[in-house]
Amino acid sequence: MYEFSYHKSASVDGAVEAMNKAEDGKFVAGGQTMLPTMKHRLAAPSDIIDLGGIAELVGITVEGDSINIGAMTTHAAVAASGDVQTMIPMLAKLAGNIGDPAVRNRGTIGGSIANNDPAADYPAAVLALGATVKTNKREIAGDDFFTGMFETALADDELITSVSFPKPTAAAYMKFENPASRYAIVGVCVAKTDDGIRVAVTGATPCVHRGKQLEEALKGEFSSAACVGVDVPEDQMNADIHASAEYRAHLVKVMTKRAVDACT
Amino acid sequence: MVENGIGASVRRKEDKRFLIGKGNYTDDINVAAQTHACFVRSPHAHATINSIDTGEAMASTGVVAVLTGDDLAADGIGPLICGVTVTSDDGEPHRAPAHPALAQGKVNYVGDHVAIVIAETLAQARDAAEKVDIDYGVLPAVTDTGSAADEGQQQIHEVAPNNMCFNWPFGEKDAVEAAFASAHKISTLDLVNNRMVTNPMEPRAALGEYNEGTEEITLHLTTQNPHVHRLVLSAFNQLAPEHKLRVVGPDVGGGFGAKIFVYAEELVVGWACRKVKRPVKWTSDRTEAFLSDAHGRDHVATAEMAMDENGKFLAMRVMTQANLGAYLSTFATMVPSYLYAFLLAGQYTTPLIYSEVKAVFTNTAPVDACRGAGRPEATYLVERLVDVAAADMGLDPAEIRRRNFIPVDAFPYQTPVVQCYDSGDYEAALDKAMAMADYDSFSARADEARTRGKRRGIGLSSYVEACGIAPSAAVGQLGAGVGLWESAQVRFNPTGNVQVFTGTHSHGQGHETTFAQLVTEQLGVPFENIEVIHGDTAKTQFGMGTYGSRSLAVGGVAIAKACEKLIAKGKKIAAHALEAAEGDIEFADGNFSVAGTDKAMNIAEVAFTAYVPHSYPEGLEPGFDENAFFDPLNFSFPAGTHICEVEVDPETGVVEIVKYTAVDDFGKLVNPMIVEGQVHGGIVHGVGQALLEGCRYDSEGQLITASYMDYAMPRADNVPSFDIDYAPTNPPHNPLGVKGCGEAGAIGAPPAVINAISNALGIKHIDMPATPENVWRAAQTAALG
Ligand SMILES: Cc1cc2nc3c(=O)[nH]c(=O)nc-3n(C[C@H](O)[C@H](O)[C@H](O)COP(=O)(O)OP(=O)(O)OC[C@H]3O[C@@H](n4cnc5c(N)ncnc54)[C@H](O)[C@@H]3O)c2cc1C
Repeated sequence: MYEFSYHKSASVDGAVEAMNKAEDGKFVAGGQTMLPTMKHRLAAPSDIIDLGGIAELVGITVEGDSINIGAMTTHAAVAASGDVQTMIPMLAKLAGNIGDPAVRNRGTIGGSIANNDPAADYPAAVLALGATVKTNKREIAGDDFFTGMFETALADDELITSVSFPKPTAAAYMKFENPASRYAIVGVCVAKTDDGIRVAVTGATPCVHRGKQLEEALKGEFSSAACVGVDVPEDQMNADIHASAEYRAHLVKVMTKRAVDACT
Repeated sequence: MVENGIGASVRRKEDKRFLIGKGNYTDDINVAAQTHACFVRSPHAHATINSIDTGEAMASTGVVAVLTGDDLAADGIGPLICGVTVTSDDGEPHRAPAHPALAQGKVNYVGDHVAIVIAETLAQARDAAEKVDIDYGVLPAVTDTGSAADEGQQQIHEVAPNNMCFNWPFGEKDAVEAAFASAHKISTLDLVNNRMVTNPMEPRAALGEYNEGTEEITLHLTTQNPHVHRLVLSAFNQLAPEHKLRVVGPDVGGGFGAKIFVYAEELVVGWACRKVKRPVKWTSDRTEAFLSDAHGRDHVATAEMAMDENGKFLAMRVMTQANLGAYLSTFATMVPSYLYAFLLAGQYTTPLIYSEVKAVFTNTAPVDACRGAGRPEATYLVERLVDVAAADMGLDPAEIRRRNFIPVDAFPYQTPVVQCYDSGDYEAALDKAMAMADYDSFSARADEARTRGKRRGIGLSSYVEACGIAPSAAVGQLGAGVGLWESAQVRFNPTGNVQVFTGTHSHGQGHETTFAQLVTEQLGVPFENIEVIHGDTAKTQFGMGTYGSRSLAVGGVAIAKACEKLIAKGKKIAAHALEAAEGDIEFADGNFSVAGTDKAMNIAEVAFTAYVPHSYPEGLEPGFDENAFFDPLNFSFPAGTHICEVEVDPETGVVEIVKYTAVDDFGKLVNPMIVEGQVHGGIVHGVGQALLEGCRYDSEGQLITASYMDYAMPRADNVPSFDIDYAPTNPPHNPLGVKGCGEAGAIGAPPAVINAISNALGIKHIDMPATPENVWRAAQTAALG
């Protein structure tokens, strides 16, 4: 780790102010991604602005047909929330399967989606459920939030405050885990929403994306059989020692089929 | 049974300090005026060093010293050595390139040590390390085991043409060829034994202290064998004379072989603390551990079996290429040679075996012993080949094994490959395992799985291994530079409690408990009054340490011998005190008594008398404290049958182990609970190799599995609850009747798992690790109906 200045603020405004004053500042939430990166000397922010003291960023509230989850809510808290379990059981299950207990008790939903790791789980849920990302500046539709590998629509001084998930009619997430890291090699989230059938795919490509062809096929007939004929192009897939592009493309279909079966 | 004696599942006494966070690991030790070290490592797999500029690093905040290979050479320290000689087919000893502890002009793998930066804090040392300016001339790298010795390959070491360390043929080539020529059937198999990173939980560490007054260096190390470290560092690396070097291996968090060896960092830290006259501490981070701990396995081989019309094995031929990495680690040459080829008979009567092992250098981390060391490689090859042979002959895998087992009445059994197995009942273990695994009704379970779209497979592995390393004369003949006896000292204190000093080293095995049980059993001293001490050259007598499942089979016997001496001496003391003839004194349950009378004296009273010898036998030395050494007459040969049952999801390639049965012969069990723990750990290690663990370098020599993000370690949910039992036989040469148990699981498991997957998919073979993608591909080509 390189030297840095540490700030902790009790309010969103205070955190943003500290960020604006910093030369090359970074927010830190659970630190589960940020700290290892710094320890490996792969990141060297001048300032660390700890969001851990901002009470208003923590918590889960039901707002009509939506669930609003504060950015600093841990994966463990989402997994254990009765409201989440009742309204969107898929989301509680997804959170409960991220990393290990230590990661789940530190890592946050805001950190996960701000980081937009190509193999992370939450981005698939944000996209498939048509969630809205709320920041200190605006509200961003899930469809507009994830812009590329580790890239989002957030400005440098923009802070996620919460994520609002509308309740789907049915939803399921199927994750094919990397045997080493247990991140997603391929994760597919299928949801029946007011906005129609939405399929989000994580792990397979450099950035989480909607599986539009799969959605089309499922609109015709919502069954796992409907996915079989869909062409999942290999050339856009990630490839690494754990899974070739061909295998990932295959897994996208298999995970979609299984998610559809789990929805019905 | 004596309370807490042999056969009792006594809870491990060492666990209290570990569980309450009071263990004392090398990194826990901090001393006054301590400095911190960071090693500058090569980012290139193969490069010349044109220049090293340490100026900016020296000027960096907090830096105490920056030292390079030139400084080391100027002080005449090193190089590192390999302690076992293998004679190559040209009659010359194996090629041994210089292995400097800090690079001299050239680096040969990513992670190779180039300089040490010593600073007041670790962060300062790391900051300064980035400022050491090294100009490298990058060379092409050799990383692939199979092609490392091919024509036209980049040469790594001048002394090793074609990157060959040795070509070691063994066996009767012509007779084997003749047997193949007239065989009814020949089965052939090409296979890879995948490279593993050993991964003890505690990373390596070293803390060096120099006392200017006594001119003594104390090195706290993560070592499995403190005396071997001291001997090598002193006799071969010129660090300090043995009597001026103290090596302490305090609590050590797992070794699995990786902490046997003398590493560059250890020598450099020992040397540097004297040079800077301050204590120097280095603790490996996990990335460094991946890069620079000795790796394991890494063979490519072709195996052939010649059979008669009944499936009887007539002869076996094995061609192996083994990767030793960039330099020879301490015991590197022994692993793919003597520890491998001498196990190729397996449990079978195969009368003729011919093996050729070509050991090669590559631009990868050095490869040496890793749990099992050579024996997992041999067992995997034999047990996979036997399954292929069964398929070729149309026989059930259990049946072909039975037809070829060494029969129970044939022991001691001389194999054609040096080893003479002392005891075993292979059929008994197979029968028991098959019954426990419900082998006979497997097909019903396979049919049921099919209805769920899954494919079930069952796989056997009937292994034998040679551990309890080892008879000194045998290893001496083979070119080892050391003897492999073990030592013990059993000391009574005047108040009657006992300190047991062992030359072995416990790094998770539970010796403090098991050895105390031995002493309780033999001397009748209450278990809680016995303390086992190990791991410090200033406290214990010379000992050879712990590896090759030797601690109980060799070190335990040394303790028993020391106890016998105490009993003999105690009889003299008791005879005097009880006014009886020495020949009339009997010893049982901690009491010396006069035969046929009720006159008796407890061993604690005898001990007290020996230290307060007011009334004492004439001419007898005072004191109650005995030493013993034990050099075994043979290796120890644990054996057994493991049966793995898997369910494969052909759509994803995911393999689930649904049932795992192990029946082992470890002779007598001293602490069944500890043995079971060793079996569990070993099986998980073996399952890890079979399904998950694969150490991979790219063609430029970058380690692409350098963290747990990419190197898959087995976890609890990768394995089922194991079904374990024993089929013991009595090893006649071992006075305690025990065999080693620490490596058996890692040896037995890999072929059981791969045999099960091959069976599930109806394929001849799949290489390890059988990752989901590889299994999925195999399932595709197998065109499952
Ligand atoms: C061993 C391990 C296993 C893991 N396994 C998984 C897994 O299976 N699936 C998975 O999805 N993830 C996994 N993760 C990642 C984990 O979910 C992290 O918690 C998450 O990616 C980051 O969350 P964090 O709160 O720790 O964020 P931090 O590490 O603190 O921050 C991450 C990034 O987000 C930014 N940030 C944080 N909060 C905000 C905010 N409110 N507004 C704007 N920017 C913000 C930070 O500046 C930083 O750039 C794993 C991590 C580890 C260490």
